[in-house]
Amino acid sequence: MKGKLVLADGSIFYGNLLTDTEAVGEVVFNTGMTGYQEILTDPSYAGQIVTLTYPLIGNYGVADLFDQSRRSYVRGFVISELCGEPSNWQMENSLPAYLTERNIPCIYGVDTRAITRVIRSYGTMNGVIVPETVGQETIDRYLALPAKLDVVAEVTTPEIYHMSQDGPRVVVMDLGIKRNILNALFQSGCNLTVVPADTDAKTILAMNPDGIFLSNGPGDPKDVPGSIEVVKQLLDKKPIFGICLGHQLLALAVGGDTYKLKFGHRGSNHPVKDLSTGRVYITSQNHGYAVDEKSLTDKGFMITHRAVNDDTVEGMKHSVLPIFSVQYHPEASPGPDDNTYLFDEFMTLLGKGE
Amino acid sequence: MPKKKELQSVLVIGSGPIVIGQAAEFDYAGTQACQALKEEGIRVILVNSNPATIMTDVHIADRVYIEPLTPEFIAEVLERERPEGILATLGGQVGLNMAVQLAEQGILEKYNVKLLGTPLEAIKKAEDRELFKETMQSIGQPIPESTIVEDIDAALQFAAEIGYPLIVRPAYTLGGTGGGIAANDEELRTVLNLGLKYSMIGQALIERSVAGWKEIEYEVIRDAANNCITVCNMENFDPVGVHTGDSIVVAPSQTLTDHEYQMLRSAALKIIRALGIEGGCNVQYALDPNSRKYYVIEVNPRVSRSSALASKATGYPIAKVASKIAIGYTLDEITNAVTRKTKACFEPALDYVVVKFPRWPFDKFVFADRTLGTQMKATGEVMSIDRTFEGALLKAVRSLEIGLHHLAIPELASLSNEEIHQRLSLVDDERAFLIAEALRRNMSIDEIHSITLVDRFFLQKIANIVAMERRIAKEPVEPELLLTAKKMGFGDRIIAELTDSDMQSVRKLRMEANILPCYKMVDTCAAEFEAVTPYYYSTYAQEDEVQITDRRKVIVLGSGPIRIGQGIEFDYCSVHSVWALRAMDIESVIINNNPETVSTDFDTSDRLYFEPLTVEDVLNVIEKEKPEGVIVQFGGQTAINLAGPLAKAGVKIMGTSVESIDRAEDREKFDALLEKLNIPRPKGATVTNAADALITANKIGYPVVVRPSYVLGGRAMEIVYTDEDLDNYMKYAVKASQEHPVLVDRYMQGTEVEVDAISDGVDVLIPGIMEHIERAGVHSGDSIAVYPPRTLSNAIIDTIVDYTTRLAIDLQVKGVITCRWSMLLPKQQWEFLCAHRGMVPVY
Repeated sequence: MKGKLVLADGSIFYGNLLTDTEAVGEVVFNTGMTGYQEILTDPSYAGQIVTLTYPLIGNYGVADLFDQSRRSYVRGFVISELCGEPSNWQMENSLPAYLTERNIPCIYGVDTRAITRVIRSYGTMNGVIVPETVGQETIDRYLALPAKLDVVAEVTTPEIYHMSQDGPRVVVMDLGIKRNILNALFQSGCNLTVVPADTDAKTILAMNPDGIFLSNGPGDPKDVPGSIEVVKQLLDKKPIFGICLGHQLLALAVGGDTYKLKFGHRGSNHPVKDLSTGRVYITSQNHGYAVDEKSLTDKGFMITHRAVNDDTVEGMKHSVLPIFSVQYHPEASPGPDDNTYLFDEFMTLLGKGE
Repeated sequence: MPKKKELQSVLVIGSGPIVIGQAAEFDYAGTQACQALKEEGIRVILVNSNPATIMTDVHIADRVYIEPLTPEFIAEVLERERPEGILATLGGQVGLNMAVQLAEQGILEKYNVKLLGTPLEAIKKAEDRELFKETMQSIGQPIPESTIVEDIDAALQFAAEIGYPLIVRPAYTLGGTGGGIAANDEELRTVLNLGLKYSMIGQALIERSVAGWKEIEYEVIRDAANNCITVCNMENFDPVGVHTGDSIVVAPSQTLTDHEYQMLRSAALKIIRALGIEGGCNVQYALDPNSRKYYVIEVNPRVSRSSALASKATGYPIAKVASKIAIGYTLDEITNAVTRKTKACFEPALDYVVVKFPRWPFDKFVFADRTLGTQMKATGEVMSIDRTFEGALLKAVRSLEIGLHHLAIPELASLSNEEIHQRLSLVDDERAFLIAEALRRNMSIDEIHSITLVDRFFLQKIANIVAMERRIAKEPVEPELLLTAKKMGFGDRIIAELTDSDMQSVRKLRMEANILPCYKMVDTCAAEFEAVTPYYYSTYAQEDEVQITDRRKVIVLGSGPIRIGQGIEFDYCSVHSVWALRAMDIESVIINNNPETVSTDFDTSDRLYFEPLTVEDVLNVIEKEKPEGVIVQFGGQTAINLAGPLAKAGVKIMGTSVESIDRAEDREKFDALLEKLNIPRPKGATVTNAADALITANKIGYPVVVRPSYVLGGRAMEIVYTDEDLDNYMKYAVKASQEHPVLVDRYMQGTEVEVDAISDGVDVLIPGIMEHIERAGVHSGDSIAVYPPRTLSNAIIDTIVDYTTRLAIDLQVKGVITCRWSMLLPKQQWEFLCAHRGMVPVY
């Protein structure tokens, strides 16, 4: 079926609809050339319509082992060419079949570069994926729908679960965690207890962990005041490592601020400078918000990592407490695994906490 | 870290003459290096023996030495110039070997010259097989089981231990010279004998063959602060076993999962760090198509052919960045030339597919062994960009200039199914075409895969092309189908053929349906950041992003892939043409498809279109840009061939008129011209079939020179002595027809003289006359030429000047004319051969 993606600024992009499901959400783009399944199942994309800038998508099919969460939370997928006849020894299914089975709205055959150029110029905005025949009135109504605020609640684990082994006990606050973060922590030797996002500080501390991990997750960090409060109460109690949303919550918990980036950082090629060594690492990123550097003055945190492209904050460390965090994704999947050293640093902190 | 303060002047080593495996890419790399150093206020001294290069131009380096690349000569230059540093990693294998020799002979130490960029130990670690093996083992990177041998016995013993097939790689050679695969003792003996002969140190590596695995390459850069990035990865269409220079290569990889992509990327970073390279490096892997197992198969500790390709494929100028690293900058200090805002320390994101297709010389060497293996045979390559693989592949085929305009060779249709099967099992230059032919005969993808081991993904893409051919032939060509076909890269000409129509009608149909290509930018970042690169490719999509200016502008057509008879010299001319336009404040636009060259550097012209040089593709750009005119005379035969059709379409050809070009190129018109000017010429005639050729030859007498009309570089030119030879020639070497006549001329042995002249139609300037040492009949491109002439009397020179001047005036040449005169002394009977193309300045 012929379809279109209509952005809030009125621009229209034509393509074909894979299923007849319509979609409304914030339209973002990711520049990674591989890893479409990991992107599709990264809970941080909850509520968003994701445009992939690489034009050939689905080439190597899909396989369960690449899923980053229980299911896909993206609101819609925007693709140039959707590959129906993939080829790879690990594939279990084709991407079109995967999308259809899960009823994920997908528009393909679209000029994704043109979309990217609009978002780059005017910033992230809402959009809808609808059949070509749908009129502007209906589209305007869709675009006027209030955005869902508490997306974290949608993606977090409904109940506590464990990934047990001998090793330091770490409580993972699941704000929408990617599977590979859990794998990376587990492979580093952590004994993991994963708790829902609404778990209070008392419950977490009662577990007597050696450290706490704050995960990635979707949306505006200010939309989860409850979690900010919990982090505040944990600050001086245990070693903490935060990634992405977890990093932003730490900043907010000490009284810092976050702001929305014009079009975010989403891709597998973002250079980040480690200020302590001067070394630059290529990182995988997926964030629409950033920590405001000025707001951190006198809050106890110092900046440890910075984006080379736009100088925004990509990592910070507490000057006294055993707390550090990064905005990017050291666990990769998708993206480069240059940054797994951060998990080792967390392990060192856990040792110090005892 | 800022620039190394002690560097006042730096010696750059070029790569010498063009040979298979080392072509124009090093002119591009060397030119970038010189420019990058000059920008920093460093005095650049260049040594290269190849004058037909941009890098040896006086604009590029401060001092140019056109000298042999030997330690003795370079030592002389060092003695005279006393530079503080030497940069050798941008001059291909020649430059690298030179660096090793200069260091080992103590010459660098003697003159207190620092080897910049990748240190000597790193070069040795990568180039010396044993050291390389040790280094890889120390960082846990798998390499195929192997041994180093210096004689046959040791090789046979190793073969007895691990079995066949085995691959032989001689140490310190380029383009895999002397390498090969052996399946038994006998083959091993043959291949190794050759390999040891070619190796600079009489050493060869013998290793387990991983033929049939996926071949994946990564271009990696590292700076002295240990920052590393990969510029891009590339997947070879042909599995391991075919030299990457002879493979169709796709960027980025298409069939790798993110896991596989990152696994090999991480390995590449580990490798470049372990070797300690400071600059660019190329890592090649064999990846098992059925598991995560891989082997590192080669590392080039220098800028290579793949780097040039990766630079053009991504917009990331590897050679420039490597040069900055060599003088002390770190990646995060170097500005990304494309965005001018972000830094060079990032990894390009592509939002298109790039296909590289090799150009082989088998059209000239018709009886050569066409099978492909570990020794490179291609002389050049084309690159194409599109947003579908099919589109990029078909554009690449159109760019090759091998007389094809689609993924189809008509002659293959006459092969039996058995023959197709048989040909598929060997790898040769026509493999992709054979695959398409097999699919047209409904051979299944699985079967073709089992024979060729080409990944099913690529086979499916070719199957899509074949399916589209069928649709076009069967269904009415409605706008929707037409658009789908154009998105898959189908040219108007194949659509016309499949619908029994003609190109003009298809074009008209497209125009009416408003199906026009749009142009998108190559910007290194998939549109994430605003970029300033004026570097575009065509595709059929919604948005066109070229900003057309209203300045005066001219399009310069490039010369396409490097082949015998049309080398880098035409690129030299195109680049100079652009510079001259710039100096006149006229906007210059280049259309070309050769990734190895300076003309396709996005810094060269005001706008670069990376497109096939066909009538359709060029006209599309012209309609977009609406230039004052098009310059064809610096693009070799490629561009000359387009002059007529473009003029017919109403395009203004600047310089010498199309009529004049035709008068010089068309045999009969040219005869008439010489008659009119009273200039003597050899007896001969134009024929269109074998029978007429025999009649003519017998009339004028053997030996005769035969060659197709309208070709370049004496392609398929031969001296024939008998009826039988002539008959063979007409049958196998050329396909004579009404459209493609063959010239038969009396062959006369004599002295050949070459004159290049410049004319504005009124005055004629002759910068020089060159005398060939070889007898006439040896192609001028194969002759040793001497300047100024040594044996010509003043009277002869006066006659040559007179003839050349009158020809140029009568032809109303506006630009360059090249004439070749041959003479029989002492009778001074003048014979005449003339070509009408760009010239190569030889100083």
